[in-house]
Amino acid sequence: MKPTPAYTLYHPKWYRRPVSTYWWSRQRSHFKFILRELSSIFVAYFVVLTLLYLRALGRGPESYTAFEEWLSRPLVIALNGVSLLFVLLHTITWFNLTPRALPVRVRGKRVADWLIAAPNYVAWLAISAGIAWLVLGG
Amino acid sequence: MAETIILEVARYRPEQETEPTFQSFEVPCRRDWVVLDALNEIKDKQDGSLSYRWSCRMGVCGSCGMMVNGEPKLTCATFLTHYLPGPVRVEPLRYFPVVRDLVVEMTDFMVKLRSIKPWIIREAETPPPADEYLQTPGQLDSYKQFSMCINCLLCYAACPVFGLDEHFIGPAAIALAQRYNKDSRDQGAGERLAILSQHEGIWGCTFVGECSKACPKQVDPAGAIQQYKLSAVKEWFKSVLLPWGGKEGSGA
Repeated sequence: MKPTPAYTLYHPKWYRRPVSTYWWSRQRSHFKFILRELSSIFVAYFVVLTLLYLRALGRGPESYTAFEEWLSRPLVIALNGVSLLFVLLHTITWFNLTPRALPVRVRGKRVADWLIAAPNYVAWLAISAGIAWLVLGG
Repeated sequence: MAETIILEVARYRPEQETEPTFQSFEVPCRRDWVVLDALNEIKDKQDGSLSYRWSCRMGVCGSCGMMVNGEPKLTCATFLTHYLPGPVRVEPLRYFPVVRDLVVEMTDFMVKLRSIKPWIIREAETPPPADEYLQTPGQLDSYKQFSMCINCLLCYAACPVFGLDEHFIGPAAIALAQRYNKDSRDQGAGERLAILSQHEGIWGCTFVGECSKACPKQVDPAGAIQQYKLSAVKEWFKSVLLPWGGKEGSGA
């Protein structure tokens, strides 16, 4: 058997339905998937934002105040709000998918999915609480 | 309950038309009838020229996969009453070239399936019956789920990645690779990894997850691919960090 028979690609009589550019808008699950893919842009945006924050901090109080002023503009607040929603979507869907990629077996039985996903949430809460303590209380 | 239901069946007769059209048929809607029964009724009593594949009519052979109202389904396991009052739209499996009516061309899948070496690979030992490869029920359990695949191709019809890139090796082929990798008797994980760690292999998958929803046998190909990605990364780290490399590929 040849790796790819020549007629597979070039058969004149087969009908190949072209895939629409808007394939993701036709099915709910596909649309959710595209939103999840899109969320990575907002994750990257938050990373850049954090780096800019650090740079402003490094440049001294003036630069830091100017940066905070920029952050308090309504447009930036709106953008950050939308980004937060996307980042939450990204995080939650990612956490919920971990059991699929990590099937853990203990004594021959597969560990329940929620037990695999739960440590992600616990770690998330713990790290968030730690950062909140550092920023607000520490 | 309605006595009859309308089936809108995709027809493609390459000697007559350049692209598929729909033809409506009215068939009895019996409580115990599946879509395949309706197609058989049409072929027997209304239009003998309707072409489609089927064999076992009990969810084992994997021949009768079609799109039913836009979803990939085994037509032998899809009840007509579920779609009342109708109509029910029956189309050939999405993303595959259509040969005629509801028949798709699947050579491409066969070539891909063969490429992942879906058989037990041994390095040196003599094959059975001269030698026995014993296996415990626990070892069987670790791959049994993936061995349930019946090659019905519903997962391919559900996968937009395959729809956009026909070179993507696809869910079933990767799940079947995993079936052999996880088999305690097999020693070919390294060979398969070399094929599957290419872009058209596991890395083409963006985890849409639709393949696992479509699978009539609960194989969970999407899970298999993610597990494979994880082991590919482990192998890569081993090959970089350890002087003796990760050539064994045993962990896949």
